[in-house]
Amino acid sequence: MTTQAAPPATPEARDVKARRIKALQSDRARAENRLGWYLAGPAFVVMLAVTLYPILQATYDSLFRYRLTAPDDKAFIGLANYGVVLTDAVWWQAFGVTVLITVITVAVELVLGFALALVMHRAIKSLRGLLRTAILVPYGIITVVSAFAWFYAFDINSGYVNTWFDWVPGISEDLNWFAQFGTAIFVIIASEIWKTTPFISLLLLAGLAQVPSELDEAAEVDGATWAQRLKRVTLPNMKAAIMVAVLFRALDAFRIFDNVFIMTNGSAGTTVLSLLAYRTSIGRLEIGLGSAISVLLFLAVIGICIGAIKLFKVDLAGARGES
Amino acid sequence: MSTMSTRLKVGWAVITVLVLLYALFPVASIVATSFKLPSELNTGTFLPSQWTWTNYNEILGPEGSARDLFLPSLRNSIGISLIATGIAVVLATLAAYAIARLDFRGKRLILTTALGVSIFPVISIVTPLFNLWRNIGLYDTWLGLIIPYLSLTLPISIWTLAAFFRQIPWELEQAAQVDGATSWQAFRKAIVPLAAPGVFTTALIAFFIAWNDFVYGISLTSTSRARPVPAALAFFTGASQFEEPTGAISAAAVIVTIPVVILVMLFQRQIVAGLTQGAVKG
Amino acid sequence: MAAITLTDIQKRYPDGFHAVKGVSLDIADGEFVILVGPSGCGKSTLLRMIVGLEDISEGELTIGGERVNERAPRDRHLAMVFQNYALYPHLTVFENIAFPLRLTKGQFTEEQIREKVSFAAKTLELQDHLDRKPANLSGGQRQRVAMGRAIVREAQAFLFDEPLSNLDAKLRGQMRTEIARMQRRLGTTTVYVTHDQTEAMTLGDRVAVLRKGELQQVASPRALYEHPVNLFVAGFIGSPPMNFLPGEVSGDVLRLPIADVPISAALRQRLGDRRLVIVGIRPEHFEDGAVASRQNREGGVTFHADVDVTEWLGSDLFAYIPFETNPQVAGKLEELDRDLDGEGLRTQLVVALASDSRVRDGDDAELWFDAGKILVFDPETGDNLTFDADQARTLDEQNEQDRKASLERAHAREQKQQARTA
Repeated sequence: MTTQAAPPATPEARDVKARRIKALQSDRARAENRLGWYLAGPAFVVMLAVTLYPILQATYDSLFRYRLTAPDDKAFIGLANYGVVLTDAVWWQAFGVTVLITVITVAVELVLGFALALVMHRAIKSLRGLLRTAILVPYGIITVVSAFAWFYAFDINSGYVNTWFDWVPGISEDLNWFAQFGTAIFVIIASEIWKTTPFISLLLLAGLAQVPSELDEAAEVDGATWAQRLKRVTLPNMKAAIMVAVLFRALDAFRIFDNVFIMTNGSAGTTVLSLLAYRTSIGRLEIGLGSAISVLLFLAVIGICIGAIKLFKVDLAGARGES
Repeated sequence: MSTMSTRLKVGWAVITVLVLLYALFPVASIVATSFKLPSELNTGTFLPSQWTWTNYNEILGPEGSARDLFLPSLRNSIGISLIATGIAVVLATLAAYAIARLDFRGKRLILTTALGVSIFPVISIVTPLFNLWRNIGLYDTWLGLIIPYLSLTLPISIWTLAAFFRQIPWELEQAAQVDGATSWQAFRKAIVPLAAPGVFTTALIAFFIAWNDFVYGISLTSTSRARPVPAALAFFTGASQFEEPTGAISAAAVIVTIPVVILVMLFQRQIVAGLTQGAVKG
Repeated sequence: MAAITLTDIQKRYPDGFHAVKGVSLDIADGEFVILVGPSGCGKSTLLRMIVGLEDISEGELTIGGERVNERAPRDRHLAMVFQNYALYPHLTVFENIAFPLRLTKGQFTEEQIREKVSFAAKTLELQDHLDRKPANLSGGQRQRVAMGRAIVREAQAFLFDEPLSNLDAKLRGQMRTEIARMQRRLGTTTVYVTHDQTEAMTLGDRVAVLRKGELQQVASPRALYEHPVNLFVAGFIGSPPMNFLPGEVSGDVLRLPIADVPISAALRQRLGDRRLVIVGIRPEHFEDGAVASRQNREGGVTFHADVDVTEWLGSDLFAYIPFETNPQVAGKLEELDRDLDGEGLRTQLVVALASDSRVRDGDDAELWFDAGKILVFDPETGDNLTFDADQARTLDEQNEQDRKASLERAHAREQKQQARTA
């Protein structure tokens, strides 16, 4: 601020004017603020009401010995429920199964989803609609329906997989896929992958579409092979999309419930965390213990989120800064 | 040249067939199962040797054994999903409009909350709701499902709509006003036609999500008063005690899948746009 | 570095669109050739076929004497600067420039890469920006990074696809000279696509004018300007564009809407038995009558006209004079206007007068034009009846000598500089 420029107005006048502008702006801003909250407030309140309230209630309930079959027996026991859960092999078994499913589905879906995304991206116009429609079918179908479809295909009684693939060593007429862990988890994972790959591939397609085709052409002229272009130009430029896709799918897979419930209902060691929580609270009416599992599951999801954000943060920020 | 393009054509044909096989095979599988005679269910073949409507009779026919399980649940699913979608889209439209158009403190908070809610493990919400609903009489009612369904439909609606609304050229509203429209006319004639496709697409996606729910459905209902189709399928029983309900379940599954396939066919372009925009523009 | 030869190149798209119709063009080693034409003339398609991003439907393309029709872009060893520069946003300036070298896997050591990149960076004055990301660069800097990527490749030829169209006018002028300097210095064969005729005239050793996928004329800028082969080239080259007037042959004079021009013996021969022709006069061949008589200019025709609008630009004064066109040539002129992306506005004469002229809006002004400089076109075919092939060839030859001389000067300067630094 210098006065050398010989302003037309005196400093005082300028001051007053500036203050008036500021007041006007803040008046306007305040009105806009208010309108913003009037419009967005209801949605915000509803979202909090349907999630924040229950999780707080669950946290509270988890501190009590509380069974609906014996409501009078309710007593405050501190963190004892968590002790019970965390020292129980059942929890750790379910945790392990859930992590296994998450890791395998996300890894496979990333590759398969990228392939599908490339197909949709490159497809000639006449095929694009058909391919998109086909790929959206698994996305739109009810998970329970998909679970039944896969279950009946592999089922020892109604299935045809055993008849079709009896030439594969290990598969025979009387292989019961859902009787042991390895085969049961295979079908569960296959069904989960089938149903959710379209979603990940759409996220990746959006990422692909954001990479300007000129970059690919420039690299082609610069002498890059197809693989080099993919590795050095396309993938680095859709890093953010890949991370978003992985994070979303990982969190989604971690909550897997429907497929397991329908196919094995947790038998053959396939119980996952969501199913464990459901069985404890809804099945056995152990609200205290069930709430503790719910809270732990919630914390695990938060953990994945924080881990992912910490891991990717630099790159996410970098990716944004560049574009 | 011509050999190149033939090879390309063959390549695309192969890829298309592979994708179609991937996407439609499980669907075809359950369709085939739904047309099998009960006696044929265990023969281990893909196609029925004799196509029959028996299973559809079971769930739809006046004498059908699973009719009382299926039809009420179908009504529940349609009603509850539509209402939950409607409420979510109305609330989300207002919120997304504010996010896209207004500059106000807390904008990021709302978007972050929506993101947080959408990754929330459903099962963590179900236990306390189960207890609370029993106490206040919402257990096994439509409202008792509509409220938690909002936790599924509202966040994605806000994200998708905010992304759509950000792309609307809002200057058009001012241009219309300059051209002599009242502010209401400007909104209705210039903005609504541009916003409507986004709202419609969002509603479609939200409906799919509500339609797909299983956890709430199975945890917060106990009878056909409010139980939606996915949960009902898990409770199907065979025509007799010793018969597996495979046929009836397959038939019911096909019936609830048909609308999905039709909607996907009609609106694939919009659905893809909606799903991808919400994800990328965040 | 290499010569590029196009022989009867055709491009047909699957939907039947015939974008390039038999273009043949010899581009000498080290030559700077411009492909120019209005939008949709096929110039970008042609460039993309040379670089290999589009398949060639028919014809032969050789680079350095080898047929490359079937080769993938990376095997043609060309470098291209794209309209939006196509910089890799995730890489620094250094890595962007080094990108083509990194692709060759082990062919270059880290040391060599650094050397080559810093040479390019020095040439383009980018040394201070090597660690920055493209997003943080100005338009001109991005442009230079894109050129850097072309330089390190030591490509057979440089290809430019409207590289300056995203820059503002001032920067465009600077980058234009930058590109010219770089090309002279490196002496690399260059093909440059533009729709801007100023770029075409200033940069090119030779300019190829395209229209609807067909080559109209390839010549040095001056030959193109003074000896256009047809109506299209005459109308496309020059700003403000050449004026086209209907001319009726009437006895010994050519009757224009503004004045009568005496027909010389040479012109009479070229006219043949045509009764109606299109006459082209460049705006700068007009002058204020008062100024012309003061300067004692000869061989001109003086006439009176109602001036509609004038624009004083400092260096010139443009005056606009409406005239009634002949319905028999109106169709042809409208078609020409469409081909040139024109707006089909009223028929008016644009004349460039000396800036001290006192002619103003609404004047009934006395004007003069140089009758020796007029061009006469056939109203049906659009061919230039006054085209002088010998003259055009002489101009091209002069231009070629000038080019060689300037290349040698650039080399000499380079060597002197190197000797000084060594």
